[in-house]
Amino acid sequence: MIVVVDYGMGNLGSIANMIKKTGHKCLITSDIEEIKNATKLILPGVGSFDNGMSNLAELGMIKVLSQKVLIEKTPILGICLGMQLMTKSSEEGTLAGLGWVDAISKKFVSDTLKIPHMGWNIIKHQKSSHLFDELESEKRFYFVHSYCVSCNQKVDILTNTNYIQDFVSSFEKENIIGVQFHPEKSHKFGMSLIKNFVENF
Amino acid sequence: MLKTRVIPVLLMKNAGLYKGVKFKNHKYVGDPINTVKIFNDKEVDELVIFDIEASRLNKPINFELLENIASEAFMPIAYGGGIKTLEDAQKLFNLGIEKVVLNTSAIENFNLVKKLVETYGSQSVVFCLDIKKTFFGKYEVYSHSGIKRVKIPPVELAKKMQDLGIGELIINSIDNDGVMKGYDLAIIKEIATQLTIPLIACGGAGILEDFKKAKEYGAHGCSAGSMFVYHQKHKAVLLSYPEYKELENLFKGI
Repeated sequence: MIVVVDYGMGNLGSIANMIKKTGHKCLITSDIEEIKNATKLILPGVGSFDNGMSNLAELGMIKVLSQKVLIEKTPILGICLGMQLMTKSSEEGTLAGLGWVDAISKKFVSDTLKIPHMGWNIIKHQKSSHLFDELESEKRFYFVHSYCVSCNQKVDILTNTNYIQDFVSSFEKENIIGVQFHPEKSHKFGMSLIKNFVENF
Repeated sequence: MLKTRVIPVLLMKNAGLYKGVKFKNHKYVGDPINTVKIFNDKEVDELVIFDIEASRLNKPINFELLENIASEAFMPIAYGGGIKTLEDAQKLFNLGIEKVVLNTSAIENFNLVKKLVETYGSQSVVFCLDIKKTFFGKYEVYSHSGIKRVKIPPVELAKKMQDLGIGELIINSIDNDGVMKGYDLAIIKEIATQLTIPLIACGGAGILEDFKKAKEYGAHGCSAGSMFVYHQKHKAVLLSYPEYKELENLFKGI
């Protein structure tokens, strides 16, 4: 079963609905046993870094998620804050991240451009992946964030997006995928990504 | 580069969608769920939904309907109308609304804005500035869906909201609402020069060229009601939305 991890950070309904629209089933849950049995995991999230990490800790999820992701190599898709939590740390908070990917989350700084980066933007592929249908022309996704991921290992970077500077809009390291944008709110582009994650990983 | 958002605004009351002129004479334009489905197919950038009776008549938020709407929507949704507490906002985020739009309650309670921003982040909190020109051409702010005049001048209130941490501001012209003769560009420009957060133009769009002008005057997003729900001349209800390519060409080079 595809499990959408519910750790009290934002709206999960639209993700579940989009998975349903692709013809698959999923479960929104914070139940540790269900997470243990998951065939695929989705770690969504909207909110602040420390809130996210402390919620994961309080719900006793950090250990089981790390076991699933790092040992059992269960495919996981982190969305927005979920992606940032997969990094080592964030300038937004003081708590350590999950640290699955050699990366950190940094604050956007600009005198001229508006923060948060909010709206539709395009992605630039840095390597090929089963997550994207390469034949499709320009893909656009919906972003809402004030912090962005910076990867220390260039090989992990899947796509870049430009806002103020080029930042990592998605990474892929073995079974670990993170996307900064919201596929569940990016109509056909998001639906194709979710479908690819569910069917190709 | 970031795309300029083009956003249909839907006005809701009693579980139906309506559209009026200058915040009055609202006529039924359709069912919300159907409308969202159609806008899904049209790949709309974002939707704004206002409950136009919630604050004015002190009605409760229709969470059930909003949950159904959010389930159908594969684009971001901002909702405004009757949001009075953190719990209201929490419920809306949980059921799949991306952003809450405040007006009446924010003006009456600055602390609510601050708390919402602290708890959910700037990106989830929007303020809608409903403005009307006096006979002498002075701009004034209104609350309660255009019913109650607010003493704070528009630019001052907009700045205050920015200081409280909101993520974006909708500038909504009551005079131009439903008229389809263009946005009030003067006030957009005035606010744009003094604020740093993204601004959404609202009220008056009738043709694509109006979006272009709004962007030139400092707006980061353009919203419209009548233009997307009516078929021009005779105001027959027909949902429409420009093709992506059309919008791309329109905003090219600005």
